[in-house]
Amino acid sequence: MSGNRRAEVLLALLGVALLALPLVAGSYLLSVATLILFFAFTGQAWNVMMGFAGQLSLGHSLYVGLGAYAAAGLFFHFGIGPWAGIWLAVALSVAAGAVIGFLAFRFGISGVYFALLTIAFAEFTRIGFDHIGWLGGPGGLFIKVGQRQAADLLNLRGPPVMFYYVMLALAAGAFALCAWLLRSRAGYYWQAIREDEEAAQSLGINTFRWKMLAVVISAAMTAFSGVFFAFYYNNLFPETIFHISRSIEIILGPIIGGVGTLFGPILGAAMLTILADGITELLAAVGLEFPGVKQVFYGVVLLLVVMFLPHGIWPALARKLGIKRNG
Amino acid sequence: MALLEIRSLGKSFRGLRAVSNASLEVPEGGLVALIGPNGAGKTTIFNMAAGAYAPDEGSIVFAGSRIDGLRPDQICAAGIGRTFQIVKPFAGLTVLDNVIVGALRREPSVPRARDRALAILGKLDLAAKKELLASSLTLPDRKRLEVARALATGPRLLLLDEVMAGLRPTECDQMVGVFRELNRDGLTILLIEHVMRAVMALAQQVVVLHHGEIIARGAPAEVVRDAAVLECYLGEDASV
Repeated sequence: MSGNRRAEVLLALLGVALLALPLVAGSYLLSVATLILFFAFTGQAWNVMMGFAGQLSLGHSLYVGLGAYAAAGLFFHFGIGPWAGIWLAVALSVAAGAVIGFLAFRFGISGVYFALLTIAFAEFTRIGFDHIGWLGGPGGLFIKVGQRQAADLLNLRGPPVMFYYVMLALAAGAFALCAWLLRSRAGYYWQAIREDEEAAQSLGINTFRWKMLAVVISAAMTAFSGVFFAFYYNNLFPETIFHISRSIEIILGPIIGGVGTLFGPILGAAMLTILADGITELLAAVGLEFPGVKQVFYGVVLLLVVMFLPHGIWPALARKLGIKRNG
Repeated sequence: MALLEIRSLGKSFRGLRAVSNASLEVPEGGLVALIGPNGAGKTTIFNMAAGAYAPDEGSIVFAGSRIDGLRPDQICAAGIGRTFQIVKPFAGLTVLDNVIVGALRREPSVPRARDRALAILGKLDLAAKKELLASSLTLPDRKRLEVARALATGPRLLLLDEVMAGLRPTECDQMVGVFRELNRDGLTILLIEHVMRAVMALAQQVVVLHHGEIIARGAPAEVVRDAAVLECYLGEDASV
């Protein structure tokens, strides 16, 4: 069986398992699975920028937050449903990404300095939202929790299983989009820029334009995470949604799973969420509760992966399974 | 008319005069070598022709239009391919993917770029290594990859920056053969080279640069007998 064939079989098995999961899973397991898919999707979006094009964003909470507040604000004030609100969410995130990208790429800010710029934008947006009374300010914005029984897909009000399938569809869509992008001209150009920008330019690649495209696509995808977040949790606080710890949480999955790979963000999100929740549950079961144990755990896992599997877990696993790179 | 015309080119770096009043022409279909001691300004001229930096003075005309001051990607689009003195492979990509990136400059789709890349890898004896990561290649293969990638962009003029350096004599002769064939097929080549074995075998015309100025030009056999050249540069190698 060839490497690609194996990847396809693996993908099909994964798809069937995820589709069937709600049939066997209880409500706790379903909420964990939804969270995994959320981080898999968002990690996939971040991966377009960092993994494909080599542009490190440490401020992806900005796009989650903008997306969430845009859709939630429209719903809260005007009763406009999330499928209409998503357009504004995407537009705002894309605009923010374009501004950051333009400033950085036009003036040659790269590497660590680019990452700092992304943090700065997320941070001052967080502070800014504390002062927007119309969106609740620091007190938060709350969406009315609807009927939990009947699934109202149009307004994204319904039982957990509906959210699970929505997130599954988003994660699958992101996977397909990224797989397609990676095999397209954009994928080749992004990877060339990631590996050596000067060489890429000498081969006729307008690096400014293609880097901008990576940022804009990544921001647009992440806006979907925000809309989902708002309607799933029904409450938004600038202090948490724009916080840098959220940005870090987003990027841990792909880093641990394998930056620049398609399966990496999924694998990383699954491992982190399951293990972190497992440890918290385990400690609670034996009567111990440490606040912040999850963060310590993240730190330890990250340390181990960076030390022993600097390219992430997926590339090593893929070799064992005989699957081609990027598969 | 010359394909590439460099007119009175000048460039300084913080007061250090790297190139001054340099003029040279590369005729369509020609194969010209630019030689000179280390620090003579050869790579600076190259980098201006390839768009890495803009000249302070003078002009560069390619195929009838000014290209000085354009970005590297625009210059590539105009039809000039280049290699780097210190090779710059896309280390994390396979050999084939490296060349596909270049081929996409001329081809509308990835499958067609792949076909073009495969043909070029065959020409440069890299076909058997197409699935290897570029980072795993030896230096001679990396140099070949550098050439393959530049060729894939379909240039009319190829700028080669010391592609022979570090090659064994047999590998060097093999490369010479490749460039001869490319030149016979109509590709114009301007090369910077220290390896006189290659210069003597390849070049129709040699231009000698010293302290940023051109001190001699002519057929290879004439240039190596030129007194000024012998003095500044070939002194210890005069027996070549």
